[in-house]
Parts: sequence; structure tokens; C-alpha cells
Amino acid sequence: MHPAFSVVFFTTATGAGYGLLALLGLLGGFGVIPADFWLGLVGMALAFGLIVAGLLSSTGHLGRPERAWRAFSQWRSSWLSREGAVSVATFIPACMFGFGWVFLGESGGWVAAAGLLAAAGAVTTVCTTGMIYASLKPIAQWHSRYTLPAYLIFATMTGGVLANALLQLFKLGSTAMLAWALLATLAGWAWKLATWRHNDRLEIPTTANTATGLAGGTVRSIEWPHTEENYLLKEMGFRIARKHSAKLRRITQALAFAAPAILLATVYFLPWPIGAIASVLAAIAQLAGMLVERWLFFAEAKHTVTLYYGR
Amino acid sequence: MTCLPARTEKKLGLVIDLDTCVGCQACVTACKEWNTGGHMAPLTDIDPYGGHVDGVWFNRVHSYEHTTELGGRTVNFPRSCLHCEQPACVTVCPTGASYKRASDGIVLVDEDKCIGCKLCSWACPYGAREFDTEVGVMKKCTLCVDRIYNDNLAEEDRVPACVAACPTSARHFGDLGDPASAISQLVEERSGVALMPELGYKPTNRYLPPRARSQRTAKVDAPALEPIKAEGGFLGWIDRMLSN
Repeated sequence: MHPAFSVVFFTTATGAGYGLLALLGLLGGFGVIPADFWLGLVGMALAFGLIVAGLLSSTGHLGRPERAWRAFSQWRSSWLSREGAVSVATFIPACMFGFGWVFLGESGGWVAAAGLLAAAGAVTTVCTTGMIYASLKPIAQWHSRYTLPAYLIFATMTGGVLANALLQLFKLGSTAMLAWALLATLAGWAWKLATWRHNDRLEIPTTANTATGLAGGTVRSIEWPHTEENYLLKEMGFRIARKHSAKLRRITQALAFAAPAILLATVYFLPWPIGAIASVLAAIAQLAGMLVERWLFFAEAKHTVTLYYGR
Repeated sequence: MTCLPARTEKKLGLVIDLDTCVGCQACVTACKEWNTGGHMAPLTDIDPYGGHVDGVWFNRVHSYEHTTELGGRTVNFPRSCLHCEQPACVTVCPTGASYKRASDGIVLVDEDKCIGCKLCSWACPYGAREFDTEVGVMKKCTLCVDRIYNDNLAEEDRVPACVAACPTSARHFGDLGDPASAISQLVEERSGVALMPELGYKPTNRYLPPRARSQRTAKVDAPALEPIKAEGGFLGWIDRMLSN
């Protein structure tokens, strides 16, 4: 599948944004993190910024973005429509929580309720994003039991590492938050390795034989219907050289998982502000690594239409 | 509405005979000609006379070499929308632009509602949908919905353009939901197959596999080769003299 940057950025940014929003909503709402104006302002601005930038970016790949409002209508059948509806609905409790926690400096009561609802909305939105990909049968690497948990784990991971960086910056860091970020990063790493292992051993029942209805033997494409690349090949026939794939997987592991894990582990022993700087670096490295991960998620996904072209 | 009808009154579709298709592309050009002025018009062409020709087509003919233990054969393979009974291209549509008609099962796109998110083309395993970058919406085969019910056309012309154009009658149109229809009988008789049945889209269109090889073909041996080395002796001398 063609890795369109707008979609790669969209899923990475909103994943981190909703992960952070869910953590702030729960921890802030129930008073685990004290209601500090500047921490709250920067934290909520970061979460909203990532979510809004991601959502706007996703409209960038639409052919007719001016009609985007129509996408809220078909939530009965379409995961994309559900994603749109839930993502917008989440803004209501999220804004109420932000107002109560940041500007009124309150937690508990209705602020906790709003925070809880915002967190639930964030988790639901990430689920709908994951299901858009997991529900696509023609792409075996996506239509697997690994896809939905991956979106949830990565949102938890990037949101947790961002929240830790934020708390460390405001001298409010805690061992628990640090441990959460580190464990989530390790869980993300393990899940990604398991996913790659699964995909590399995939035995896909759909072949050029079933695609053409020609039973038995081999079916070899000898002539395309067209001489140049068409929409199908540009959109779904994207191929990545095996050597690049291996190299990009190493880059993903180094940036998204290994570097943040090592940095976070050292933060435990580092005084402020060095620990805070290390925490921020961990978050930046991880987001960069996740962009590569998401690019690979598309580039390594093979659509059944490529069978018709002998690819 | 992108929810699918529980059942459709008819299952209109195509049956394509892979035995007789000669890969002449007549169906491709007839489709383009009709539809670029039809329901989904235009079928935009990008850089049609340049080095990177691209454009929207509803029907594409591939060629394959099918090799089995009995030998190899070339198979021409027209590929277009199969008007599935379970079209995920419809259910994934967030706007309601894609829909399946309850009356005849035809899958269509309402171009005025399409936002061009392209998700339907990802959801189609067969590559039936093509994006029009100029108009910014998705396009697909309409089964010539503007021909098959068209009272302005003579009755025999009320078939999809591709079917009308096929010079070898490799394309057939009809109601695949009616077991008594000629097209259903043909599928029955020739053991027509559905494409990628394992994905569960339940395509309406059927493909008739190439017939078994005939044992009746005439055996034509090549004539015996002449010796290229000149013979010696008296007969050789005569042969050389007469050959001059």
C-alpha cells in the first residue's frame, strides 16, 4: 500500500494525542496529578494540538475535503465514519475537562467525570482507527488480530512517554509514571516484533489462481492492460525493496523502542533538569520512530489487486 | 445508506467466458466510450498523449499464461466490478456515496456525496474502483445502468456496452439470481466460478474457465527435411545438374 504522508502522520499524531488526553483525563480528573495551570495548559495544548493536526492532515488526502462533513453519517456500517463521529464527540468532554482542570484548577466531581469520558472517547477513537485497517480483508497484513491491539498499545505508549516528559519538565515526575512509560515502550516493542514475525510467516490463501479462477498449476501475468502505472498500482501496488524493509525495521526499533527505553531507564538516576531533557528526547525519538513504523505498516502491506499484475 | 440490503430482487451481473475471450480490448474501448458520456462521466484521462498516460477505466483486460501438467495456454482475462453480494466497498463508505441497489443488486457511487477518501478502493479485493484525480471522486462500473433500462435504445441494445461490443460473445449479461435464466444455465453448464471466494465478498459475476483441451485436433506433422549435404556419385551429379 502507498504510504501517503498525510495518513502516516495522522495516525501517529492522533495516537499520541489521544494517548496523552486519556492519561491526563484520568490522572488529572482524579487528582493524581495536581491541577497545575501551566502543566495543564501545556499538556492539554499538546494533546489537542496533536489530535487537531492529525485530523486536519487526514482531510489532506481527500479528493473533495469540502464535503468531509458527510463522513459523520454512515456510522452504522463504516469504521471510518465511526472514527469521525467519535473523534469529534470526544472534544466535548475533553474541552469540559480542560476547562475545569486547567482554568478552574479543580479535580474530582464533574471534572473527574469529564476526564473519564474524555479518556473513554480517546480509547474508542483509537479503536475505530485500528478497526478501519483491521477490517480490510484484501490486505492480509492488516486484517489480523495484531492490528487493533497495536493501535491501542502504541497510543498508550506514545501518550505515556509524552506524559512522562511533561511531568518531568514541570518537576512533577514520578517513578510510577516513569515505570508506566518504560513498560509501555517495552510492550510496544514486543508487540511490533510479534507482528512482524506473524506477517513474515503469513500463508495467504488468496493467490493468482483464486484471483483469476484458473485452477491448478501456475498463473503468470504476461501482459498488463496498460503500459503505464495506473491508480491501482500507484495506490496499492507500492513495493518496498527487501533490504530497505530490513533496514527500516532496525531504524524503527532503534528510534521508537530501544532509544526511549534506555533514556527512560536512565532518567530514574538523573537529577532535574537532565532527567527532564532525557525524557523529552525519549518522546521525540519515539514519535520519529513511530512515523517510520507507520510508514512501514503501509509499505509492507500487500493488497490482493497486486496479484492481477503479477506483483 | 451504506448498510447492505438483506436481499435484492435481482442479481444482475456478467458472465465472462475465458475460453473464447481473445483479448481484443473491444469491451474496454466500448466501455470507455459509453461511460465517459454516461452515468459516471467523465472517465478522465490524464496526459493521454504524453509519457505518463493515466486515466479512469472500468474494465481492464489482462493476459496470463496458465501452466498445468497438461501444458500451457494463454488466457485473456477481463477484470471489472463483480457487483458483489457482500461488497465491503459499500459498507466502509463513510458518506453514503456508495450503495447497493435492492432492486437489481448493482453497486453504484453517488458522485455528489463522494469525498474521495479512497477507502472503498482499499476494501475492494478486485481493483474494480478507480479514483478520478481531476474530479476528486471514486468511479466504478455501473453495469451500464443507463443502457440496460434505457427505453430510447432498441431492446437488443439494452445490455452493457462491453457485452454489446464483444465480437466472440465471451461476455453475457443477465439475472444470476434466477436459476432459470439463460445466464445462470450457462454458468451451470460450464461450471462457472467466482473470483477469490475465500474472501467472502460473494461476487455476482462468474467466469467460465477455459474448456478442457480437445483430443480431436488434426495432427499435422512437419514435412521431412531435405538432406543439406550434397550426395556424391552419379545420382549426386544429376541432382546438382537438375538443381541449377
